[in-house]
Amino acid sequence: MEQHERDSLEQEIARIGEKAKEFGLDFFDMRFEVCPADVLYTFGAYGMPTRFSHWSFGKAFHRMKMQYDYNLSRIYELVVNSNPCYAFLLNTNSLLQNKLIAAHVFAHSDFFKNNSRFQRTQRDMIESMSASSERIRKYEFLYGKAIVEQFLDAALSIAEQVDPYLRKAWNQAKEESPLPEKDILFFLIHHSKRLEEWQRDILSIIRNEMLYFWPQMETKIMNEGWASYWHLRILRELDLDPSESIEFARMHAAVTQPSMRTINPYLVGIKIFEDVERRWNEAGQGGREKIFEVRESESDVSFLRNYLTKELVEELDLYVYKRVKDDWQIVEKRRDVVRDGLVAALTHCGVPYIVVQDGDYNGNGELMLHHSYEGMELDPTYTEKTLEYLFRLWGRPVHLETVYEGAARIFTYDGRDHRHR
Amino acid sequence: MQVVVSHNDWSLYRKGQLDQKRHREKVKEAVKQNLSDLVAEESIILSDGKKVLKVPIRSLEEYKFRFDAGKRGHVGHGNGNSKVGDVIAKGKNNGTANGAGDEPGTDYYEAEITIEELQELILEDLILPNLKEKKKPEIRTLTYEFRDVRRRGLIGNLDKKRTLLEAMRNTALRGRDAGTLGVHPPPISDEDLRFKTWEQRYKVRSNAVVLAMMDTSGSMGNFEKYIARSFYFWMVRFLRTKYDQVEIVFIAHDTNAREVTEEEFFRKGESGGTRCSSAYELALAIIDTRYPPSEYNVYPFHFSDGDNFPSDNARCLKLVTGLLGKCNAFGYGEIGGSQTISESTLMSIYQRIEDEKLTCVTIKEKSQVYPALKAFFQKCEGPLAG
Repeated sequence: MEQHERDSLEQEIARIGEKAKEFGLDFFDMRFEVCPADVLYTFGAYGMPTRFSHWSFGKAFHRMKMQYDYNLSRIYELVVNSNPCYAFLLNTNSLLQNKLIAAHVFAHSDFFKNNSRFQRTQRDMIESMSASSERIRKYEFLYGKAIVEQFLDAALSIAEQVDPYLRKAWNQAKEESPLPEKDILFFLIHHSKRLEEWQRDILSIIRNEMLYFWPQMETKIMNEGWASYWHLRILRELDLDPSESIEFARMHAAVTQPSMRTINPYLVGIKIFEDVERRWNEAGQGGREKIFEVRESESDVSFLRNYLTKELVEELDLYVYKRVKDDWQIVEKRRDVVRDGLVAALTHCGVPYIVVQDGDYNGNGELMLHHSYEGMELDPTYTEKTLEYLFRLWGRPVHLETVYEGAARIFTYDGRDHRHR
Repeated sequence: MQVVVSHNDWSLYRKGQLDQKRHREKVKEAVKQNLSDLVAEESIILSDGKKVLKVPIRSLEEYKFRFDAGKRGHVGHGNGNSKVGDVIAKGKNNGTANGAGDEPGTDYYEAEITIEELQELILEDLILPNLKEKKKPEIRTLTYEFRDVRRRGLIGNLDKKRTLLEAMRNTALRGRDAGTLGVHPPPISDEDLRFKTWEQRYKVRSNAVVLAMMDTSGSMGNFEKYIARSFYFWMVRFLRTKYDQVEIVFIAHDTNAREVTEEEFFRKGESGGTRCSSAYELALAIIDTRYPPSEYNVYPFHFSDGDNFPSDNARCLKLVTGLLGKCNAFGYGEIGGSQTISESTLMSIYQRIEDEKLTCVTIKEKSQVYPALKAFFQKCEGPLAG
């Protein structure tokens, strides 16, 4: 980027920030960083600029980079929930693209700052992750990369099994935490007899990261909808020349494209916000104020349950599809059933709800887990593989109660074989 | 409210690349573990044009507790008039390529690997055994190989085509001067430059010849033929990639033997009875006239189902013993499909020969082809090994 372009960019972004403030958006101080594709895709793959190393990120990086290289899709930006709020812009973006993205990012920052789910997140996560990555690197040096990698493989398999809303004091010891325990990572850290100190540390790092990311997982639709709603309105306030206007329209359309196989959070989110604003305005109750309130108090599940009307389901032409013999077919178009299906899919971020039932099962120190079955069965291969990892972490046989093929079953892994009964 | 915009130098940042490299290593490791299956994989042996293979690998899945995507419902958007019964996607058995846990996805990760990479893995540990210096002096020739494309280099090594492509691509992406594309050459900036890098390497010549003999009689069914082909497919690739000066003689036989071209060797149909001695006779004749052992390292190989005319077996034994005197190593592969190996097959006869230059293997299934390759082409402990 030439110097005069950099100056324009800085001026434009500052202007956009002013406009955002005028609209009532309330965000942390912003730090925009312009960087090349490789770097942006690295952040995209890792989720954060300072995350630890693991081959799974390499896999994600490769996939994203390939899609970029083959012109299949692009990430234009990445924004981090932090204070100050960091945002990364692709250095090959045009000025207009950066304007839209900046507006979008200011709204994300407002969302991170004001949505209730984020109130207890670590706003200095970048530095914190940097420190954790450093510790993991140290362990790699001390114990060997392969050993640490194998441990990470196991730890990552249960990374999602945390309890984001129970505040546990770190020294809350064994006797005080009653079973059943939803936070499997916490349970392992405190109760597994075979873990060494550095392994417990890694588990706590992973747990911490998940606690940080969980609110983002829970509010994806709202957050993208909110940011899209605002990039639209802010950009309309700027004086765009004709070619910029066209590019803007095109970009917005691309971002809100419907997809046949999955819902587009940008599209669903913005539609709901606009619909709420319209309805509240029509009822004389202040639409703009209402949506600010919504962005503060809801999460995706309540957002959809309360505000995804049947009319919207129809307007968005949403449906439920399932595997029928060899193909994937639409099986449901009734609007309330579709909405309920979507809410069910988003519940608990789509992560199976599993708790530790007993840490001394069979009086033999075996681990017994229970899956709270609510109509969706677990993937059996993945379940078995994850139990193998759990065995690595627990050191003794592990069991999981669930429902499989319509009947109550227990999956067991004893270190050598898998059994179902 | 403070807004800061920075432009730092990211050129040394390699985190993504490093982990990607690690991922790539894992792919290779996983492929290596599956080599026995891949070596005889039909889509490799039978196709010649395919450059990139998709190899399913379970070990690179990121396992966790997740719902079974195939059993539950998913939500999507239609184009306005969707209805129950519309097909969203047609499935092969395992859905479409989308790794995400909550979308219909593949059951396993499919790694992409080129034939060259696969070849490298398969041939990595293979080597012509007992390779010796022969009368003709070793000739070391200096060659230059084009190894890599980099962003820095000598201006004389500028890869003009790649540089222009980069410049065009970056110009288009930046949206500048879009109108001049195709009319004038696009502006080239430093980051567009691409250079070829060359490396000097020495190639060592040792004169060697491999005599590939294959039984093409009627008793060689599809499976037997396929196994022999798989083995020779990799053998030929191995020789051609690793050795500069290996000649390959192709001999096909039923009751009579004929020297054939490589193409005929791989495509010849089967018919007729089996007289393996015909192949050995021809091999010996060729060695005597064209490849004296004083000047050449000689490697005969023979693949058959072992079902020779019983009266011919004694003659084969005599000929093989003769061949052993003239070669560095002799490989015999007997392919036993569903037939039991009876007392009268060649294998039972050759097994009585005690000569460390003779290696015999039995192949009953596809997964044994790779071990056979390794058995024949293994490093030996000796002063001239490698």
